[in-house]
Amino acid sequence: MREELITSGRMNPLVDPQLHIWSWEIPFYLFLGGLAAGILFFAGYYVIMGKEKEYPAAIEKTPLIVPFLLLLGLGSLFLDLNHKLFFWRLYTSIRLQSPMSWGAWVLMVITPVSFIWAAIHIKKTFPKLKWPYAWMDELEKFFTSYKKVIAWIMVIYSLILGIYTGILFSAFNARPLWNTSILGPLFLTSGLSTGAALNIITAKSEYERHKFTRIDLMLIGIELFLIIHIFMGFLASTQVQIDAARLFLGGPYTAPFWILVVFFGMILPGLLEILELRNIKIPVLIPATLVLVGGLLFRFIWTFAGESSRWLY
Amino acid sequence: MRYAMAIDTKKCVGCSDCVVACQTENNVPIGYCRDWIVEVVDGTYPQLELEIRSERCNHCDNSPCVRCCPTGASHVEEGGFVLVTHNKCIGCGACIASCPYDARYPHPDGYVDKCTFCMHRVTKGQLPACVATCPTKCMYFGDLDDPNSPVSLVLKNRKHKTLIPEAGTKPQLYYLI
Repeated sequence: MREELITSGRMNPLVDPQLHIWSWEIPFYLFLGGLAAGILFFAGYYVIMGKEKEYPAAIEKTPLIVPFLLLLGLGSLFLDLNHKLFFWRLYTSIRLQSPMSWGAWVLMVITPVSFIWAAIHIKKTFPKLKWPYAWMDELEKFFTSYKKVIAWIMVIYSLILGIYTGILFSAFNARPLWNTSILGPLFLTSGLSTGAALNIITAKSEYERHKFTRIDLMLIGIELFLIIHIFMGFLASTQVQIDAARLFLGGPYTAPFWILVVFFGMILPGLLEILELRNIKIPVLIPATLVLVGGLLFRFIWTFAGESSRWLY
Repeated sequence: MRYAMAIDTKKCVGCSDCVVACQTENNVPIGYCRDWIVEVVDGTYPQLELEIRSERCNHCDNSPCVRCCPTGASHVEEGGFVLVTHNKCIGCGACIASCPYDARYPHPDGYVDKCTFCMHRVTKGQLPACVATCPTKCMYFGDLDDPNSPVSLVLKNRKHKTLIPEAGTKPQLYYLI
């Protein structure tokens, strides 16, 4: 038997007895960032493909909420900081080895771009809206003439935004549950899936709704594949990663993860989407909301479980 | 220059003087600590082995905390001291999550705090507070690049280990076993 005791009473707040440096703010932001990335990706992609007429909701309507999502996300990131007045230090350095640094810079680009995108499309949803100043109309015209360029920027930066949220975690070798390169693609896929789910809700035409239902179904399939892959990788790895996997295979996170995230957040909405595609009447709000809530819970569970996984020595 | 510390687990009695010395020297807020004592009991009665370790930041050569810091507040000083510049730190907690030894903590003033190897003393030619205080003289500190420094000499003559070398951080706290 091996027993390890910290006898001098180390009880550093937020570190002992178990790391809890990141509370709700980080997973909430990761969800919003992934969702924003998903929405912007589809909007930009279909503009580049020249399919503006086919996908009006994905291009014009859903992206209207992205500025709010990103501001909410930035707000929660700010709340997470313990030394808040120094937040501007993020923008006095570029550190390539720190995913958090490139995340900060990506947000610096994609947030204003999301505002521009919403501004040049808002009149399609709110036709009575008028800009208060003439120069705003000029600006709208100017940006509209560069719509394809903005679409390209959005596609590239949304992919970076979506994948970096996973890489942020996977770069932490100290937390075995996070330390897997599958996490980047998994978070990206989950972000795209939540974006597609929101498009399913906002789509008016059956064509567009069915298109995003098919996309979401495919993304759910990829997510399930990646989740199986992640656990296969853990179980074939070192003891610390086997222990990390056990948090979900009999450990405290087993029920929340497999029931709430995998079943209610992926399998059930996937089945409902299949029925919907077979023209069986399913209120689209149900599968889409399940996917969104599943995506949110997934971030929370993975953040907290990761903080409790550690090296033993 | 590469400062390192060696701690003799055979001599350490776990009195926690190093912990108190550090808290006093560095004005560590009440309820926090930069170093701590771990007792490991191994084996089955009556064949038991006890190891007592004074632990702190390992001032790693390949430090994940410095790598993941988004502002450059976590940095390595000449001599290998891994430090945090308070007015550059935003308190995001990435370095705390990145440390496999859980050696960092959020200071109540907001920035992240940790053992500094008492750089303010070492640059004046003094020993870190914990080493200077240790009543059993079980701690050795010095420059690994100097073959005659106390730490180089003791590492040459004694069997030693580091904590979780498999985490790949190249820790610079050596435990004599």
